[in-house]
Amino acid sequence: MHEYSIIQSLVDSVEVVAAQHDGATVHHLYVRIGDLAGVDRTLLQTAYDTFREGTICEGAEMTIERVEPRWECGRCHIEIPRGAVLRCCECNEPARLAAGDEIILQRVEMEVA
Amino acid sequence: MCDSNLIPVAVEHRILANNDRTAAHNREHFAAQGIFCVNLMGSPGAGKTAVLEATARAARNPRAFAALAGDLATDNDARRLANAGIRSKSITTGQACHLDAGMVHHALHHFDTKDVEYLFIENVGNLVCPAVYDLGQNLNVVALSVTEGEDKPLKYPTMFMKADLVLLTKIDLLVHLDVHLTAIQDAVARVMPNPRIIAVSAREGIGIDKWCEWLASHQVFA
Repeated sequence: MHEYSIIQSLVDSVEVVAAQHDGATVHHLYVRIGDLAGVDRTLLQTAYDTFREGTICEGAEMTIERVEPRWECGRCHIEIPRGAVLRCCECNEPARLAAGDEIILQRVEMEVA
Repeated sequence: MCDSNLIPVAVEHRILANNDRTAAHNREHFAAQGIFCVNLMGSPGAGKTAVLEATARAARNPRAFAALAGDLATDNDARRLANAGIRSKSITTGQACHLDAGMVHHALHHFDTKDVEYLFIENVGNLVCPAVYDLGQNLNVVALSVTEGEDKPLKYPTMFMKADLVLLTKIDLLVHLDVHLTAIQDAVARVMPNPRIIAVSAREGIGIDKWCEWLASHQVFA
């Protein structure tokens, strides 16, 4: 249940962003979580709904965008199919993760006076 | 009354950036002190402590080893490691299911690492959460015991994706199980881009020499 600690870091990050905009009211957060980030999106949402009370995010909804994993060859960029052995079928180079491990605060929607 | 405006602010900010900064600080500290740091992860009971005890037994100079042992409660692991001759300190996490870079940083401030060449951070027993947090280690090692079954790597891909080495522990028990080495190797290859597995038995001392060679070869390039 490290989702709570991730939400704590998220709220800290939003506070910094809001402070840069003269303490504007936070309306909506958009985060991006990869399937291979090691974060459960449902638990993250629950943690957020529990933790946001009394913080700058109290009135803000959070939308989580899921990012599916994408492995490709580090040399010839051929995509490795899901579930396959993580080596290029052409050149035998180990695969590299092109997407899917993100834990990103993408965008904050704020109301400024 | 003023009209209010909704403005979208693009941030693209890594949520764990603070942890990553502290991890980078830890890493600089290790490099400055000539310490090679291994983040040892795995399920509860995978045999992380036992492998370190066996490593100390096999080493010419266990004084070059130190360990930070993370657990929710008790300092049993740190005491076992100290008994094995490894300078140790426990990090009691309370309810936290993982170590983060700040906990390691705090522990280092209260831990004498003079003349240490290898620091093992024995993470909290867990195949999920520890994989998310960079601690400042040079390499990640995952202990997977044969008793956990063949498909654990497929069930916990993030942990194995981040591993530089899988220590397949309790290999002496394989003959008693309906578990096949080739199935484990295949599962690892589907989640770990450059799979490297060393089979060990801490009890029998099997494979500990290969593990020590692996450590020594990687320290040279750290």
